[in-house]
Amino acid sequence: MNIGRVIGNIWATPKTESLIGQRMLFVQPMTFSGADVGGKIVALDTVDSGVGDTVIYVSSTEATIPFKPKMIPADATIVGVVDQVDHKNGSWKPHSR
Amino acid sequence: MILGKVIGTVWATRKDEQLRGLKLQMVCELDPDGTQKDKVIVAVDSVGAGVGETVLFVQGSSARQTEVTKNKPIDAVIVAIVDKMDIEGNQS
Repeated sequence: MNIGRVIGNIWATPKTESLIGQRMLFVQPMTFSGADVGGKIVALDTVDSGVGDTVIYVSSTEATIPFKPKMIPADATIVGVVDQVDHKNGSWKPHSR
Repeated sequence: MILGKVIGTVWATRKDEQLRGLKLQMVCELDPDGTQKDKVIVAVDSVGAGVGETVLFVQGSSARQTEVTKNKPIDAVIVAIVDKMDIEGNQS
């Protein structure tokens, strides 16, 4: 699992049938000290997160597990909203939205 | 899922039996601000995307989780055509 922050929404009407009704969000991956790292990804959401939230997401095949037994082509899924991170260089709390 | 732009179509007559009937598209990874990245891949199309369209594609074993690609030798599939994006207040 990785952490990131939700930075935007994306809408797509023509899509694979199994994705209908799934929310898609832009996520900027972050390091555990809170700095941005790597390119932005698009993730599905299972916890009603929104823009501004710091989240935990799973990537690769494991991203399909929250939707089982439904078969969903997901390679990143948000599975938690972060309240606080305790890091060796200090703790931090995400800004609440 | 990764944002991409369809930049071409790949034709292959001689191919694995299980790939028969599938449309293969060349997809270039796209930054949300619209700049194309260097990475280009070949992906199976499950939604009827055309050249020039902005799409979302899935890579790896997750790509086999659609009706079209189930249990087939496929590692990238286009799953959606993008209508609208909104990143940190910038709409496109």
